[in-house]
Amino acid sequence: MLATSPAFKQNVKGALADASLQKALAFTRPSFAGKRTAAVAALPEFEQLRDVGRDIKNHVLANLDFYLETWSANVEKSGGIVHWCSTADDARAAVLAICQKAGAKTVTKGKSMISEELAINDHLEKHGIEPVETDLGEYILQLRKEPPSHIIAPAFHLNREDWEESFRASHTDLPEDRVFGERRDILTEARKKLREKFLAADVGITGANFLIAETGSSVIVTNEGNGDLTQTLPRVHIVLASIEKVIPTLEDACTFLRLLARSATGQDMSVYTTFSTGARRPADLDGPEEYHVVLIDNGRTGMIGTEFQEMLRCIRCAACMNHCPVYFTVGGHSYGWVYPGPMGSVLTPALIGVDKAGHLPNASTFCGKCESVCPVKIPLPKLMRHWREREFERHLAPQGMRSNLAIWAWFAKRPQLYRMATGLAARLLSWLGRGKGRVASLPFAAGWTAGRDLPTPEGETFFARYARAQREGKL
Amino acid sequence: MSKENILNAIRRGLKRGPLPDDQAMGLRARLAGHPRHLIPARSRVSRPEQIALFIRNIEKEFGSVARVADFAAIPDAVAAYLAARNLPTDFAIAPHPELADIPWDTRPLLQRRPGRAQPSDLVSLQHGYAAIAETGTLMLPAAPERPTTLNLLSDTFLVVLRASRVVGAYEEAWDLLRAESPTQPGGGFMPRNVMLVTGPSRSADIESTLELGAHGPRRLHVLLVDDDPAALG
Amino acid sequence: MSQPAPPPSRRPRVALFVTCLVDLHRPTVGFAAIRLLEQAGCQVEVPRAQTCCGQPAYNAGDRATARDLAASILDAFSGYDYIVAPSGSCAGMISHHFSGLFDNDPQQRTRAEALQAKTFELIAFLTDVIKITTVPAVYQGTATYHDSCSGLRELGLKSQPRALLASVSGLALKEMVEPETCCGFGGTFCVKYPDISTRMVSDKTRDIAATGADTLLAGDLGCLLNMAGRLKREGSPIKVRHIAEVLAGMTNDTPPIGEARG
Repeated sequence: MLATSPAFKQNVKGALADASLQKALAFTRPSFAGKRTAAVAALPEFEQLRDVGRDIKNHVLANLDFYLETWSANVEKSGGIVHWCSTADDARAAVLAICQKAGAKTVTKGKSMISEELAINDHLEKHGIEPVETDLGEYILQLRKEPPSHIIAPAFHLNREDWEESFRASHTDLPEDRVFGERRDILTEARKKLREKFLAADVGITGANFLIAETGSSVIVTNEGNGDLTQTLPRVHIVLASIEKVIPTLEDACTFLRLLARSATGQDMSVYTTFSTGARRPADLDGPEEYHVVLIDNGRTGMIGTEFQEMLRCIRCAACMNHCPVYFTVGGHSYGWVYPGPMGSVLTPALIGVDKAGHLPNASTFCGKCESVCPVKIPLPKLMRHWREREFERHLAPQGMRSNLAIWAWFAKRPQLYRMATGLAARLLSWLGRGKGRVASLPFAAGWTAGRDLPTPEGETFFARYARAQREGKL
Repeated sequence: MSKENILNAIRRGLKRGPLPDDQAMGLRARLAGHPRHLIPARSRVSRPEQIALFIRNIEKEFGSVARVADFAAIPDAVAAYLAARNLPTDFAIAPHPELADIPWDTRPLLQRRPGRAQPSDLVSLQHGYAAIAETGTLMLPAAPERPTTLNLLSDTFLVVLRASRVVGAYEEAWDLLRAESPTQPGGGFMPRNVMLVTGPSRSADIESTLELGAHGPRRLHVLLVDDDPAALG
Repeated sequence: MSQPAPPPSRRPRVALFVTCLVDLHRPTVGFAAIRLLEQAGCQVEVPRAQTCCGQPAYNAGDRATARDLAASILDAFSGYDYIVAPSGSCAGMISHHFSGLFDNDPQQRTRAEALQAKTFELIAFLTDVIKITTVPAVYQGTATYHDSCSGLRELGLKSQPRALLASVSGLALKEMVEPETCCGFGGTFCVKYPDISTRMVSDKTRDIAATGADTLLAGDLGCLLNMAGRLKREGSPIKVRHIAEVLAGMTNDTPPIGEARG
């Protein structure tokens, strides 16, 4: 996927001016946060479970090589095939080779964020294979050729008219005079169209929420059931999974299942949590004949042993973006790559380079809400700050900002000179705001005064006033 | 070789070589012992309360439950459910011996087709392996007598479940499977597919508003057979 | 309240960390903090060699500058029983981030940890450490209180300001719909990303106005300048003040933020 992250500021301007996006954001925001709050309140152990989840993931990351090898051996014992891929290119080639060997014409796909990283749909299309997204949200985005704007609610930025328009434009075999009276009608049409695709597909591709080392299983968590149809009906099932998805046992999975849906949608449990282990067994009446896992690094090993290793605990629940005031101001597309919101602001620089994604870790107020809801306690603001440090070390931050900081720091380290400078500044600003207590425009603070007045200082600094009071014996 | 590249990159990051034997032994012991972690108190209750919790959770997730006294009462309960919703009386049914033993001839209008589900099926009836009260979740492991397609293709999904198979927490359902599942090719116990199902299919992708029956069943109805005296309370 | 002051020998020696924004912008907050601390029986001193906690450098990725500023604070503030700041953000910087700046210097790290343990935000210090439950202040009006992010999430400041405000005679508190949502200030964020910041503060002022309160209070001057600036731009008559001014009964000493003496 081509990153527009370098154009973050332009993306933001567009998003702020997009009335229908802003409407969707305003509508969705309270419900995301409210549902999580209610689900968490109903489970008194939730906070302790966050600690357990964090600890399990830390244990896995410290032994990641062992658990991946164990998992891989168990996949192969149960009749599956693991394809280890260091890069996105390797992974695309592996998927294509499996599809071509299967003689695939149509491939159905469950929702998978790593498949967005790989831009696998473009790759398959280029080679004459039709990929069909089957998650409802992903399906309409595919029709509209848009990337997802959210990792679990990919199309929440669209309204009903958008759906209707796209369906009319794409489902040209259906009567033109059909009526979309309510949301149900959209759903019914999508269900019908996608049923055809499920039945026609030669290969089904899903992601994985977890890989279980103990059993060699992959786990998907969905609400629609599309992921299950994708992996059950075609002859070949391909799982796309990144290396940090592995966890040791089914008991470890229980902890994450208690955390995941509550953090994500505010459900106690998603509708379908499915553990897949190998291919169809000899006497089975259904299920795929081949089971492949394409295991993908694509930059993650580079985070191990660095301050960003903690990010590899992420279980992609979206709680961070669901609670982020910046995300709900600018929407997911502004972030310009696969992963939006706070988790994306940490992960994206690691995967595509901080030189391209430098805006993302900077566009945060460090309000800390994301960290406070993260089910595996990733210190997202701290990790964003580490990116700012990398930028600062590499002189990537804007030069103007850097020189202002240097001038300020020079004074701040010299209290006496600092007093003189602040004394002058306080008087000057106070004079500018005389009679009003504020100024409406100030050239060197244009960013501030564009949207708000600048309240001006009282006039005398604290330290000047304090010294005077001491001299006058008033303290 | 990508496998070696990835493993070596991990080890470089962790600043070590392959795990020493004693540490690997410790990890293998953890896998073999598969220790439980914190289990929420909500399911640590008496049997009757566990059943009540299970039913409450199913209903909260837009499913429904009918309690029946025994397997012999199932044909009537199925017929009543289908008739009340004006649904067809023919359905795909899991080829499971427990379901085959039901006296279906008491309701001759019910047309059963044992086997996997077909895309045209409007109603399917599955054999419930176990269920988890904690969240109202059904455990449905794939097996020749429990085809996965039955869980997915129909519009109305019926599940016959013994009350004695309702456990409190997920961990207890895995314990059942570990103990009872036949050895699979390769030596493991995991069936090809284990679905944990909590309510009927749904989506909130259209304008963040919940609609039931996205790709899978729109209705989930559990026929709960009261075979467990302790659970009756 | 007016609890009798403890004898001088047992009075805790408190060093006031004024904060750079209070120093430059609103000295009254510093004097209000002194009054509240003295009313609570503390002996307050203001170390001369203080400028800024270093947070702007720290959050800009300039650890070296942040470390230098932290080191000078360690020197200036080590000899006191407590360090108190009228800001959750600056107090949080000292109490939660200083020691991490000295990962490679065990000696400084130990000093930083000692300082961290005795650094508090003003309101938290008064309620949690000195155990004040009331203040003798009077304020006629209906106020709404914004929970600034660092104080709330880093320091757990939530019930304490509300408890003290409840003791202010004449003051009624009316909560806004999302008091815990960030106002969009974020230090340099507000000038680096003014479009986003302006939208966030506009959402905030909408929520503030919807309460019908005549006064907005908070514990961090950065957030207050941001919200006051937006309210004034919108022509709002809502008065904006630091909570310490109200609790210390010093609202006659200076006009509300962004307004002229008049």
